[in-house]
Amino acid sequence: MTETIIELTNVSKQYKETTAVKQLDLAINRGEIFGLLGPNGAGKSTTIYMMLGLTEPTKGEVHVCGVQATNYPIEVKRKVGFLPDDVGFYEDLTGLENLKLTAKLNGLSSVEAEERANELLSQVRLEEAKDKKVGKYSRGMRQRLGLADILMKDPEVVIMDEPTLGIDPKGINELLHLIKSLSVENGLTVLLSSHQLHQVQQICDRVGIFVKGELLAQGDIEKLQTELLKDHTYVYRVKVNNADSQLIEKLSMEANIEQIEEEDGFYLVRLKNEDQGELAQFMNANQYQLLSLERVSYGLDDIYQRYFQGGESIE
Amino acid sequence: MNKEKWIKKIQDFAHSPLWVLTQKEITDHIKSFRFNILMGIILLTCVGSLYTALSTIRDVASNIESNQQLFLYLKVFTITDEGGTLPSFVTFVSFLGPLLGISLGFDAVNSERNKNTLLRVMSQPIPRDYIILAKFLGAISVIASFIFSLGFLVIGIGIVSMGIPPTFEEFIRIMTYLVMIIVYIGFWLALSILFSIRFKQAATSALAGISIWLFFSIFYGILVNLIVNTSVPDQLFQQAASVQQQSQELLTTLMRFSPNYLFTEITTILLTPSFRTLGPISMEQVAGTIPAPLELAQSLTIIWPQVIGILSAAVICFAISYFIFLFQEIRS
Repeated sequence: MTETIIELTNVSKQYKETTAVKQLDLAINRGEIFGLLGPNGAGKSTTIYMMLGLTEPTKGEVHVCGVQATNYPIEVKRKVGFLPDDVGFYEDLTGLENLKLTAKLNGLSSVEAEERANELLSQVRLEEAKDKKVGKYSRGMRQRLGLADILMKDPEVVIMDEPTLGIDPKGINELLHLIKSLSVENGLTVLLSSHQLHQVQQICDRVGIFVKGELLAQGDIEKLQTELLKDHTYVYRVKVNNADSQLIEKLSMEANIEQIEEEDGFYLVRLKNEDQGELAQFMNANQYQLLSLERVSYGLDDIYQRYFQGGESIE
Repeated sequence: MNKEKWIKKIQDFAHSPLWVLTQKEITDHIKSFRFNILMGIILLTCVGSLYTALSTIRDVASNIESNQQLFLYLKVFTITDEGGTLPSFVTFVSFLGPLLGISLGFDAVNSERNKNTLLRVMSQPIPRDYIILAKFLGAISVIASFIFSLGFLVIGIGIVSMGIPPTFEEFIRIMTYLVMIIVYIGFWLALSILFSIRFKQAATSALAGISIWLFFSIFYGILVNLIVNTSVPDQLFQQAASVQQQSQELLTTLMRFSPNYLFTEITTILLTPSFRTLGPISMEQVAGTIPAPLELAQSLTIIWPQVIGILSAAVICFAISYFIFLFQEIRS
C-alpha cells in the first residue's frame, strides 16, 4: 500500500570543515505530506538539494521516484517540483510569462503552456495579477506564483524549502491550505522544510526533526510527542529554603532517584517512577523546608525550543 | 525523406530547452537598455567615421594609379580624413567591440545567481551546461546580427554615395572581416562569461573584464616595448641589422599574445590587400616581388594562425567556464 517515493540511505554531506548531514536515513511515502523541521543551519536545505541532484552527497545514495538522484538529476527534475525559500522569478516578465518559460523548459508547446499556466494561476488565485510584472508582486503572491510554477510540470513530488518564510500569518494559512488541498486533489507527495512548528504541524502527516545534520526523531506528531517526552516525564522541580551541600548526597541515596541537578536555586530531580509523595516526605524527614515542588512537563513546544536553540540534549 | 528529417530536426531544436533559453536571452538583450545604449554609441561613431571616410574617398580614388585595383569599399573601412578628427571605422570597431562583448556577458551568471533565478532554472529538467551555452549563444547571435547590419549599412551607404557597387572580392573580404569581428567579440564575451561565473558580484566581474581589455589595448604595447628595449644589450649595436631584426621579431612574438594585436593583424591583411606579409622580411625576400595586391585566398592563408589564435582563446575561456560551472555549488 505505502510506496516509498523518496529514499535516502546512509547519506552524508561534508563541506570543507563542517558536516552538514550525518548518515541520514529517510523514507517518504507516496501521497504524504512530510515536514522536515529543524533550526537554521541544520542541514535541511542541503538534504533537499541532494534529493534534487543539485548537490552531490559525500556518501550514501539518494533515490527519488526510483531514480538515483545524484547521477540522473534530469530524470528526477522531470518528476519533482522544487520551490526554494526565495523563488527567483524574472522580474521584468509577467507572472504568466514566467510560468510559460518554465513550461517550455519542460517541453510543453506554447499553446499547452498558456492553457496550463492560466489554469494554475486561477488555482492559486493570481488570475488578476497574471499580466503584472513579477517585480511588483508581494512576497505572498510570489510564493503562490512559485507554487503554480512548480505545478507547471505536473510533478509527482513537490519539495518546498521554507515555504512560509516572510509571509504574514494570514498568508501562511492560505498557502498551507493551498498546499494541502493541492496535495489531496492531485495525489502529490509533499516534502516541506520549516523551522516553524506551529504552521507546519497543521498540514503534515508526518514530521522529522532535524538538528545538526541528524534526524533525531520522525513520525506523526502524537508519536513524536510520546517518543520525545518519555524520558523526561518524571522530572520535578524542587525549591528548598535551607539547602546545604549534603542535600544532593542524601537525596541520591533514595531508591527512586535517578538524577539530581541544581539550576538557579532549584533542584531538578528525575525519578524512575512517578512521585507518590516521597520527595516531600524526604524533605520533611531531613528537616529541609520545602518551598515548592512541581512536576516539570515538557510540551512539544519546549522540546522544539530546546532542540532549535542548538541544544544537543534535553536536560 | 531527407528533407523531412531536416524539418523534424529543426522542429526538435525549436522545442529544445536550449533554444527556449537562447530565445529568452536574445529577448532580454534586445529589450535591455545596456545593449541599446551600446548599439547607439557604436552606430553613431561608425556613421561618423563613415561620413569622414566617404567625404575623403574622392581624393583617395584620384590618387590611385589607373592600373591598380581600387578596393574602394575596403578603403571606406580604413581611411580617415586628413585632419584625423575621427578615427577610422576599423579603429572604432576594434576598440568598442570588446566593450560590447564584455558588457553583454559580465553579469550573465552572477546576476541570475543573486536573484535566485538560476536555482529555479536549474530545478527544471535541463542539463546544467545549457544555461551557459544559452548565455553565449544568445549574446553572440545578437552581436552577430548587429555587426552584420552595421556592415551592410556601410555597403549600402557606400553604394548610395559613390554610385559604384562593390566587386565580388570586396564583398567577400568585407563579409570575412565581419565574421572576424564576431569571432573577436566572441572571445571577449566568453571571457566575461567566465568572470561572471567566477565572481559573485557583477561589478567585480565587469571590472575584471574591463581591466583586461584596458591592459591589452593600452598597457600591453608599452610593456612589450619596455621588455624588448631592455633585452637589447647595447645601444651601440642597435644599428646592426641583425640585432634590429631580432628585436623586431621578439616584439611581434610578444605582441601576438595579445588578442587585440592579432585582431589588428587580421584587419590589416583583410582590408588592405596590398599588405603581403605580417612579420619582418629581409631584402632578399622582397627582391623581385611585384607590388600587386594579394588574392583573397592568400590573405586568408596569412591570417589563418591569428584567427585560430583568437578562436582557441575563446574556446579555452569557454571550457574553463564550463568546468567551473559544472562543479560549482549552486548555493552561495
